Amino acid sequence: MTDMIVAEGLAKRYGDVAALDGMDLAVPEGTVFGLLGPNGAGKTTTVRILTTLLKPDAGRAEVAGLDVVRDAARLRARIGASGQYAAVDDHLTGAENLEMVGRLYHLGARRARQRARELLERFDLTDAADRPVQGWSGGMRRRLDLAGALVADPPVLFLDEPTTGLDPRARASLWEVIGELVRGGTTVLLTTQYMEEADRLAHRIAVVDHGRVIALGTADQLKDQVGGDRVELSVTSEADLRAAARTLAPLAVGDPHVDAAALRLTIPVAGGAGALTSALGHLAAERITVRDAGLRRPTLDDVFLTLTGHEAAGEKVKESA
Amino acid sequence: MNALRIAVADGMTITKRNALKIRRAPDLLGGVVMLPVVFVLLFTYVFGSMIELPGLSYGEYLLPGIFVMAIVTSAQITGYTLTLDLRKGIFDRFRTLPMSPSAVLTGQTAADLIMNVTSIATMAVVGLLVGWRVHSSPAEAALGFLMLLLFAYAFSWVTATVALALRTPEVFNNVATLLSFPVIFLSNAFVDSARLPGPLRVIAEWNPVSTLVQAARELFGNTSAAMPAPDAWPLRHAVPVSLLWPVVLLAVFAPLATRLYKRAVSR
Repeated sequence: MTDMIVAEGLAKRYGDVAALDGMDLAVPEGTVFGLLGPNGAGKTTTVRILTTLLKPDAGRAEVAGLDVVRDAARLRARIGASGQYAAVDDHLTGAENLEMVGRLYHLGARRARQRARELLERFDLTDAADRPVQGWSGGMRRRLDLAGALVADPPVLFLDEPTTGLDPRARASLWEVIGELVRGGTTVLLTTQYMEEADRLAHRIAVVDHGRVIALGTADQLKDQVGGDRVELSVTSEADLRAAARTLAPLAVGDPHVDAAALRLTIPVAGGAGALTSALGHLAAERITVRDAGLRRPTLDDVFLTLTGHEAAGEKVKESA
Repeated sequence: MNALRIAVADGMTITKRNALKIRRAPDLLGGVVMLPVVFVLLFTYVFGSMIELPGLSYGEYLLPGIFVMAIVTSAQITGYTLTLDLRKGIFDRFRTLPMSPSAVLTGQTAADLIMNVTSIATMAVVGLLVGWRVHSSPAEAALGFLMLLLFAYAFSWVTATVALALRTPEVFNNVATLLSFPVIFLSNAFVDSARLPGPLRVIAEWNPVSTLVQAARELFGNTSAAMPAPDAWPLRHAVPVSLLWPVVLLAVFAPLATRLYKRAVSR
């Protein structure tokens, strides 16, 4: 399989800050590649270089066989990009927005109009099509922005944090759409702060921090790398929290994480549901009141804590669900 | 398609986009049209009743000045809209498209020219209602309006350059207001520059705004034999100099703005 996106040793500095510090990527045709990392990790800078918005200070990159610097003009006809800030025009209607993009791809007036209607229907925006985007919801605007990236039916698509800031329902509906695209054979590079999003959409995931890839693999491989399941429980007092941490220490297969403010304890365990049952047994024997307990897969925070020794910086990764 | 045809087609697409925006955001157009109308009425009735000029009414003297003031103010819309678009990320979308990079600026300035036509037409009508008259030939009057629009178009590129250098709407607004008021008032737009004290008189006589106002007065026939043009060279040759200004402004600021646009969006 040929690689549709290749990056080798990309570097970009802003003053003293290295936004990218030797970024390497290879994305096979027809797959979804997730770039996972906190704000400031270099995800957006990578996408801006690959979409010809920015020139790298060092390194090289090819998309669809075209060099992102030398062949920038030709490359633009073959990629679609959708950003974290919906790049749509508030005063134009949904149809006018897409028609304008079609005209700028040089589809011709009739084809641009036709393509706009097709996409509006596909993205379930037909009812709002002729209203100015100003009054649309955040989720609808993102869908329109994504539709804009698809106007020329590009073989490679870049999605920079497509669901950041959306409510869970809007997020789920956008995931549907992206999933459909991938089944249609589009190569996608997706950046996200959400493990769940990468998990659901990406075939392979690169974890990035400080402008370079620090881990690479499928979602399951990454989760295994950070120690599998976790037992997470909350108690009713600080005394109980200390007692619980002491009692459960023998069950832990890694460093426990104690959140004193939330009265919550997280311990990496082996053995899945059995570990949860035995943890609850130990706590009952010590007469520690448990308010809430559960078994969960690792989150991005866990991956980060383990791989980098620091928590995912910037915006905290907390699902609203 | 060759590069020029792409540039023209893309420029027209962006013009249409900006024209739609102007139509849907009446606050912008309202500001550009209403402010000069308010000025026409205020100056005609408040100052017009006080200020006596030899050989012509203050209302006739005033209107060309108001036209020029409206041009200087409404050109700021070009810059302001650009800074808003910069902030919203719409230029990122444009830059990932296979479109001509110059189209954003040619389209924006063309749409603002349409706005200027509306604004000048409105002022002319209001002016006629309050007593302004054209005393020249139709050809001269037409050249007068053409000259004003040409200058307006060229001046849009100046504010575009300033906006792309400053980047944020707030900073641009402050700077534009701070600069445009002295430029408008330190001229012959509202008062006879010959009666200003020494250094102010020299500044006013060499101010391009004065040149343009003088040229408009000459082309519309709003001059009086009792008030000859001052001795300053640009005012003696007001019409040719005013037609030359847009050429110079475009030659300098169109390439500069295009360069700044490319730099502003590639960070």
